[in-house]
Amino acid sequence: MFGQLSDRLEQAFKKLRGKGVLTEKNIRDSMREVRQALLEADVNYKVAKRFVAAVQEKAIGVEVLKSIDPGQQVVKVVHDELVELLGSKAEPLIPPDKSPTIYMVCGLQGSGKTTLVGKLALQNKRKNKKPLVVAADIYRPAAVKQLKVLADSIEVEHFYLDDKKPPEICAEAVKHAQKNFFDLVIFDTAGRLHIDDELMVELEDIKQKVQPHEILLVADAMTGQDAVNVSKEFHERLGLTGVVLSKLDGDARGGAALSIREVTGCPIKLASIGEKLSDLEAFHPDRMASRILGMGDIVSLVEKAEETVDLEKAARMQEKLLKAKFDFEDFLEQMGQLKKMGPLESLVGMIPGVGKALKNIQLDERQMERMVAIIKSMTIEERRNPNIIDGSRKKRIARGSGNSVQSVNQLLKQFFAMQKMFGNIGKMKLKGLPAGMNPFKL
Amino acid sequence: MAGPFEKLKQSLARTRVGLLGKISQVITRRKIDDDLLDDIEEILIEADVGVAATTRLIDFLREQASQEKLTDVNDIFGLLKEEITEILSRGDAPIFSEDDKTPVVWLIVGVNGVGKTTTIGKLATNFSARGKMVIIAACDTFRAAAIDQVAIWAERSNVEIVKSQTGSDPAAVAYDAAKASLARGADLLLVDTAGRLHTKSNLMEELKKIKRVIGKALPDAPIYSKLIIDGSTGQNAISQVKVFTEAVGCDGIIVTKLDGTAKGGIIIGVAEELGVPVDFVGLGEGIDDLQRFDAGEFTEALFE
Ligand SMILES: Nc1nc2c(ncn2[C@@H]2O[C@H](COP(=O)(O)OP(=O)(O)OP(=O)(O)O)[C@@H](O)[C@H]2O)c(=O)[nH]1
Ligand SMILES: Nc1nc2c(ncn2[C@@H]2O[C@H](COP(=O)(O)OP(=O)(O)OP(=O)(O)O)[C@@H](O)[C@H]2O)c(=O)[nH]1
Ligand SMILES: [Mg+2]
Ligand SMILES: [Mg+2]
Repeated sequence: MFGQLSDRLEQAFKKLRGKGVLTEKNIRDSMREVRQALLEADVNYKVAKRFVAAVQEKAIGVEVLKSIDPGQQVVKVVHDELVELLGSKAEPLIPPDKSPTIYMVCGLQGSGKTTLVGKLALQNKRKNKKPLVVAADIYRPAAVKQLKVLADSIEVEHFYLDDKKPPEICAEAVKHAQKNFFDLVIFDTAGRLHIDDELMVELEDIKQKVQPHEILLVADAMTGQDAVNVSKEFHERLGLTGVVLSKLDGDARGGAALSIREVTGCPIKLASIGEKLSDLEAFHPDRMASRILGMGDIVSLVEKAEETVDLEKAARMQEKLLKAKFDFEDFLEQMGQLKKMGPLESLVGMIPGVGKALKNIQLDERQMERMVAIIKSMTIEERRNPNIIDGSRKKRIARGSGNSVQSVNQLLKQFFAMQKMFGNIGKMKLKGLPAGMNPFKL
Repeated sequence: MAGPFEKLKQSLARTRVGLLGKISQVITRRKIDDDLLDDIEEILIEADVGVAATTRLIDFLREQASQEKLTDVNDIFGLLKEEITEILSRGDAPIFSEDDKTPVVWLIVGVNGVGKTTTIGKLATNFSARGKMVIIAACDTFRAAAIDQVAIWAERSNVEIVKSQTGSDPAAVAYDAAKASLARGADLLLVDTAGRLHTKSNLMEELKKIKRVIGKALPDAPIYSKLIIDGSTGQNAISQVKVFTEAVGCDGIIVTKLDGTAKGGIIIGVAEELGVPVDFVGLGEGIDDLQRFDAGEFTEALFE
């Protein structure tokens, strides 16, 4: 079966870890694993080949041979190289400070353009900007209505002209925006194939007519090898200013990010992580690299926590998680806060090593409600020290919360599994990763 | 229709990189050695066939070449073609069984934006043109204007639709639609469901519930789950097939967007690994851009 990239690398580095010195041969062996892992992650064949060659060269260098822990050194070289390829630093969108600033959103069919237009509008509205969303998809059934519904839901103005072609609609929209003091105009264009000349010309027309400040390609994170062809063509014809990776809330390894970045040289600026309009994040190359390497994305997790929970609580939570000291009381408190942060799956995916540890743990929100009910039926003592919960206590808790003993058992099992998992993360930290790679360093 | 795979051939010709066309190029000017196999590997990987399936295919070729003492590169080419056709034929079954009681239910499922709703429009047109009475259930009550979108397709294909408000319970719509198809004597109920990532367990539960409820309304009806896969998807398609199969079963796959430059090679990996048959391919956004999948013809089309 297809191992996850992280598992694969783990395997590759395990082979290295046991050995004292890095030889050319064991580097080559582990690089074969890295290459395979990248291909399984949908990194384009040629991109993966170039990447591996570059890493191999660096790994065989002096710095590595001198190291005490060769495995970790290789991890660092691979990680650094990935970060570099992905763009080394976060690049924000051009801010809406012109009158108006114009964004054009384009891409293949179904990639997530219309949703992104809604997300960008919401994000800017929250910053007290006045965005105008423009329906330039006159082809797909109910595409105009879709954007209108999204715009209405966040109380943003929607622009559409019934009998006009997209280039005219966009030009008129900009005039309308100038007259009415909008800060930002966002075009939602129709999905199109990069080889559909007629429709590509349409985008070139829009570009020529209104000179957008940002021309964004939305690319599905699940895309395979073809990502290079698509992004190359869009970039050559339109001169993209940025890429948005969508559907990153799934379990796709997202190798397409590497491919696109390598062939276009365009910065990946944003990450779309869900269907809700608030599910939008800045794209951080370093975090993406860590995510690809299976080091998780605890930085994003903590940042997200900071947005919703107050800082102090977030820091305390992180500390407790790492020390594996948290008990059911914390669990209860954090359930409430976690809920505020959005879908659990996207949060959990950010924690290193959790993918595997939680494979058998369901994270259904409804199930969370049940968990809360069970914990609330525990005494304070039981919550603080779950080890004392024996058979008769379980029965009482089950009855008290209207659940079966089986459910109580399940919760306890999950709780201990989590405790163990966080404990492992803590240990990982103590062992020490190379500086600059420590995923917990904020 | 001018030959069932005319359009596919055209689109492959247009990209001028028919997967195996490229292979035949490589092969005709080369002798059989590791370099040749490496090149074939590159072509297969770039077609999204995937590491596992590609490795197996290459090993197979290498083994056969030495065992059968193949010296003619064209034999290798023929072997590969045969092998891929064979893999793609695994699990192949007729899409309708003679004993199926009507209404037959097709639950159309898949991750976000793959082409579920569009495919429903195409299927409805296709089957109603063949004299079947089709009803569409608008069970994507979640996404903005999803109901309007599928309603337009119902109108275009001139079939009935059962729908409710955005935000209503999709299982309730499914139930009503199931009852309606029974009452009106429909042959086929096409259920449009909301796009959902297979990793979201609550949404997968919702899907199971939809299927369960239809089963309650129509205890005798065969319910087929059809998984829509975007032809440009990479290796993630494997886990999509697995998880959707676990949740609601998977009786067939429909691969969309093969009119682009993506080769859709993931079908080979899916068929090899999971043995789920491909029923149809989507080749555009138009109402007629849907064709039956045929392993032989598909492979032939790739060779041209
Ligand atoms: N899970 C997830 N779904 C997303 C994300 N972004 C968009 N979607 C979903 O993907 C599907 C397609 O999104 P749209 O925004 O309609 O895509 P589009 O590119 O405008 O599609 P066309 O206009 O038809 O080409 C919808 O079901 C969205 O809800 C994301 O980041 N995560
Ligand atoms: N080129 C091409 N585009 C297609 C094909 N099938 C669907 N599309 C386009 O892909 C986009 C998404 O199609 P939908 O039918 O809305 O997809 P969906 O799976 O219902 O999307 P959600 O319900 O949002 O998850 C639309 O722009 C369709 O026109 C195809 O075979 N080829
Ligand atoms: Mg759209
Ligand atoms: Mg749909």
